[in-house]
Amino acid sequence: MDFQSFVFFFLSAILIFASLRVITSRNPVYAALHLILAFFTCGGIWALLQAEFLAIALILVYVGAVMVLFLFVVMMLDINMDRIREGFWNYLPLGAVLGLLMVMEMGLVLGSKYFQVPASEAITPAGISNTKSIGALMFTEYVYPFELASIILLVGMIAAIVLTYRGPKKSRYTNPNQQVFVKAKDRVRVLQMPVEKD
Amino acid sequence: MDALMNFGQGIFGGAWPAVWTLLKIVLIVAPLMLSVAYLTYFERKVIGYMQVRIGPNRVGPLGLIQPIADGLKLLLKEIILPTKANKGVFIIAPMLAIAPALAAWAVVPFTDGLVLANIDASLLYIMAITSMGVYGVILSGWASNSKYAFLGAMRSAAQMVSYEIAMGFSLICILMVSNSLNLVEIVNAQDQGRFASMGLGFLSWNWLPLLPMFLVYLISGTAELNRAPFDVAEGESEIVAGFHVEYSGMAFALFFLAEYANMILVAALTSIMFLGGWLSPVGFLPDGILWLFAKMSFVLLLFLWFRATFPRYRYDQLMRLGWKVFLPICMIWLVVVGVWMLSPLNIWK
Repeated sequence: MDFQSFVFFFLSAILIFASLRVITSRNPVYAALHLILAFFTCGGIWALLQAEFLAIALILVYVGAVMVLFLFVVMMLDINMDRIREGFWNYLPLGAVLGLLMVMEMGLVLGSKYFQVPASEAITPAGISNTKSIGALMFTEYVYPFELASIILLVGMIAAIVLTYRGPKKSRYTNPNQQVFVKAKDRVRVLQMPVEKD
Repeated sequence: MDALMNFGQGIFGGAWPAVWTLLKIVLIVAPLMLSVAYLTYFERKVIGYMQVRIGPNRVGPLGLIQPIADGLKLLLKEIILPTKANKGVFIIAPMLAIAPALAAWAVVPFTDGLVLANIDASLLYIMAITSMGVYGVILSGWASNSKYAFLGAMRSAAQMVSYEIAMGFSLICILMVSNSLNLVEIVNAQDQGRFASMGLGFLSWNWLPLLPMFLVYLISGTAELNRAPFDVAEGESEIVAGFHVEYSGMAFALFFLAEYANMILVAALTSIMFLGGWLSPVGFLPDGILWLFAKMSFVLLLFLWFRATFPRYRYDQLMRLGWKVFLPICMIWLVVVGVWMLSPLNIWK
């Protein structure tokens, strides 16, 4: 076994273990932590396939930002696992059928192609990295879809803000802007007091 | 050098490239840890002099052995596990804090050829790895099972996520003008232009044309490091010591090492991206690694200076600065740089 396949199988083993722990772990914080491990390992596998841009983007976006906020929320939740697990056996047959169906579909689509150490398929000429070619392609051939996607994301962001906006605050609060720009003469009055003589 | 390569090849055979890389890693990490130790000494001395005190002066001449004594003391102390703490996560958290702080150094170039991994996406790599540093803080706060630690962790998470955005935007400006994500090429791009050909290299470094971004990066860098005046995550007067209040001994020391290693990292990145890295400021002096170290020391001195000078930000002021001041500035300056690069006045050709 050469070094590359060793790394691949090592990372795959960690990935499978972490993904299983995400759905089996009783403590939601552990589940979130294993999801982070799964993302990181997946980034490692992508880097092995010479898709270093995707690998770093995955770690930067999902591990560095999304999962931080996710973990943050999960830590504050008070989850009663017993209540969630109620009716597990009732739902199991339906879940099992759906799960098997998905596994079958994936097996049919992917076939035997990916059940081995995949060779890096992206053939980039020597001296030009994956990052550079993705950048060039994205901003020349696919510039309109790219801009469209960014506009859709912007609309989604504004929609989220509009949905959660609850009107102007009625309570009294300090305005940091005024606080920062306050001058000494707004707060302190210096009086001239002539010395009184008898 | 060739003799050394042949010697290693002879002893280790096929494993030599791996051994050689490990050696290079040791050559980066060992001096880094030593600098961390003496940065703490330097910090205490500098702040001491700024506050008209003497600072450490008992252990060794001028107190020079003080950091070694501190390190030994922390090594020998007991690591106390709080009763209701989540033990596994409690122990993993300090490791998660220090690992990214060390891993980021893999792509930091010291001179033109002196870099462990000269990869094309090194700027992205740095951003991805440093963004993971926050897990150490969050998990330590959660696992300690203490109100103060958890409050510190929550503050820190919110702060680091907010300031990462401003930091990312200022880096986007850098990669626009240098036309590359590679740190070596970013430095080399700062060596061209009118002033560089006149022998006044320091005027063609990125800090001058991108001055607002330089300031944003420096301030967000201080915030990312949880350093004063943005140290609300520790805030001794409000939440004791924040996220590491339950840690003792070497586990505490790891957080400390991570913080100072990150400080040196941000200083190195600021020097590389805005202050010309290893380039000499004037034409008649040669470029070299000493320039990089001088610039890093200057930025580190700024961090210490901030700590000695500014009072701590209140939490809402901190969020306001990140979201309502830096983010608009970054977005406007991004457009300004874009227009500037397309106009005939472009100076980055």
